[in-house]
Amino acid sequence: MSETTTSTSTPTASPVEETGAAPITRGRLVLRRLLRNKLGLAGAAVVVLLFLGAFVSPLVYPWDYRTQDDLALLMPPSPEHWFGTTKLGEDLFAQCMRGLQKSLLIGLLVGVISTAVASVVGATAGYFGRGTDRSLMWLVDLLLVLPTFLIVAILSPAFRGKSWLLLVLLLSAFSWMITSRIVRGMTLTLREREYVLAARYMGMPAWRIIARHIIPNMASLLIIDATIGVGGAILAETSLSFFGFGIQPPDVSLGTLIASGTDSALTFTWLFTFPAGLLVATVLAVNFFGDGLRDALDPTSSRARGRRASRGRRR
Amino acid sequence: MAGFLARRLANYVVLLILATFLAYALASLTFRPLDALSQRQPPPPASTIEAKAVSLHLDKPIPQRFGIWAEGVVLHGDFGRTVADAPINDELWRRAGISLRLFLAGTVIGVIAGVLLGVTAAIKQYKIFDHVTTLFSFLILSTPVFVIGTLLKVLWLPVNQAAGTQILYFNGESTAGFSGTGWEMFVDRLQHLVLPTVAIAIGLAAVYSRYQRSAMLDVLGSDFLRTAQAKGLTRRRALFTHGLRTALIPMATLFAFGFGLLVTGGVFTERIFGWFGMGDWLIVGVQNQDANIIATVTLFVAVLVLFSGWLSDVVYAALDPRVRVR
Repeated sequence: MSETTTSTSTPTASPVEETGAAPITRGRLVLRRLLRNKLGLAGAAVVVLLFLGAFVSPLVYPWDYRTQDDLALLMPPSPEHWFGTTKLGEDLFAQCMRGLQKSLLIGLLVGVISTAVASVVGATAGYFGRGTDRSLMWLVDLLLVLPTFLIVAILSPAFRGKSWLLLVLLLSAFSWMITSRIVRGMTLTLREREYVLAARYMGMPAWRIIARHIIPNMASLLIIDATIGVGGAILAETSLSFFGFGIQPPDVSLGTLIASGTDSALTFTWLFTFPAGLLVATVLAVNFFGDGLRDALDPTSSRARGRRASRGRRR
Repeated sequence: MAGFLARRLANYVVLLILATFLAYALASLTFRPLDALSQRQPPPPASTIEAKAVSLHLDKPIPQRFGIWAEGVVLHGDFGRTVADAPINDELWRRAGISLRLFLAGTVIGVIAGVLLGVTAAIKQYKIFDHVTTLFSFLILSTPVFVIGTLLKVLWLPVNQAAGTQILYFNGESTAGFSGTGWEMFVDRLQHLVLPTVAIAIGLAAVYSRYQRSAMLDVLGSDFLRTAQAKGLTRRRALFTHGLRTALIPMATLFAFGFGLLVTGGVFTERIFGWFGMGDWLIVGVQNQDANIIATVTLFVAVLVLFSGWLSDVVYAALDPRVRVR
């Protein structure tokens, strides 16, 4: 961890500031901490690369994920087919990129939506307290008893043949619970702060206090949580697709690709290795980035989300 | 303390009933169990389909259907019949036993390994051991169970081939048609159990070691640990009798959440290793559009999750004297 990072790689950090003459804003401080974290930075770089690969490569790569090359069935990786071909002669690289697109989009959307739901529910429960709190947290308990996978598996036949955006809604609807407990716990302490009391005595409506004063004060937690949620959502989506409960053919996702590659993992290894490796690399990169982001935004936090969760749970 | 635990238990029973009802209602709303029959070639007469609908109680509203099912469960211990008209009880206990064996072995190994790894990593913070465990747990946390399971198979195959015999099996929970003495049966089961258990335990250990590490780090800097050493305990004694006990408290809560996670992992592990347990049944239930199977599996899962939640309350109370006083 040397001093070389900031001055060379950030366009925003001017040399003046390096000497400490100008006051450092919080944004710069966070950026500087983030840039010092090599694993986090590597994660961010890989995520950007994967995004570029997933969305740009279909434009330049000669094969489409649907076309079947009848002259190359089940061929190992070659200069023509980078990741080899499937049983039907489909190009695995094109399929992987298509699957990666879906997985990244779904992960991103689910991460953001579920964190938004969690913050609204948690802040409402914590701010209003009493009956609202009790009933909302009870709902959370109820949903935690039912594993997400179970519910989505039950509902999936009804969504067959419909848009993948429904899958996004479904996944978000069942992955906000633990975060909302954390948010609620933080709201309990925030609502007693002077500025919140002042706003309340000035007659500001409750929803505006929540939107203006409570949620912005947890921004770093929420950003971190959304990032970590992206990784979780990608895993959830691929898991569902693995069983045919998620993305439906003819469309592909990394989950469906791994599912069809699993049986030939011992014989035609590339069918399993490439999609699985790509999936692990994606989630790993997102997690490293999330971890780096946490260290940068909230250096005092112990990394235990469990502790925060327990504080919320224990009342 | 007893009152506290009893109150929790009562709350859990209500949650249990509601969770099962929710799953049953969702399944009944979305499933079309008659499709398999009506799409048969040649198509069966309308009266047959109608009779099937009546026998499945499809003519009644969903709450009443659930009532009939729940009544059977509570009064007679009868979990109803599948769409194909086989009694669910026939399969239930065998499948539950298979899943429990897998879950228990996986949890015990995963938790112990996770706690030990986490504590060691915390004590050796920023040393090689810490970095290696951190990296590995990140890697495993980013790998879905179905990839871990398949990788285990791929990696173990050469070992079996080198040994010239099946040391560990990839499929099923016991060899079909195998008979022998009790000991031989046990060894056979064990040979089947190892790989799926590792698949489950490895993921759990990764999660728990992360949390245990940070919980232990919090404790390491605390005053009471210094005091314990000041009064003459060796560092090791102080760490294990005072430090570990405190660091385990937040883990007790995590344990309750962990079980839900485990159930999902169990579904995949069972499918990949060809175990016909509860997780496999869930998939079968969805494929056959069978609300009764879904409700039964949900009840099983909910009982497990809530029991582990209750157990974690007990552990919490045992570890943290402040809870006991209330």
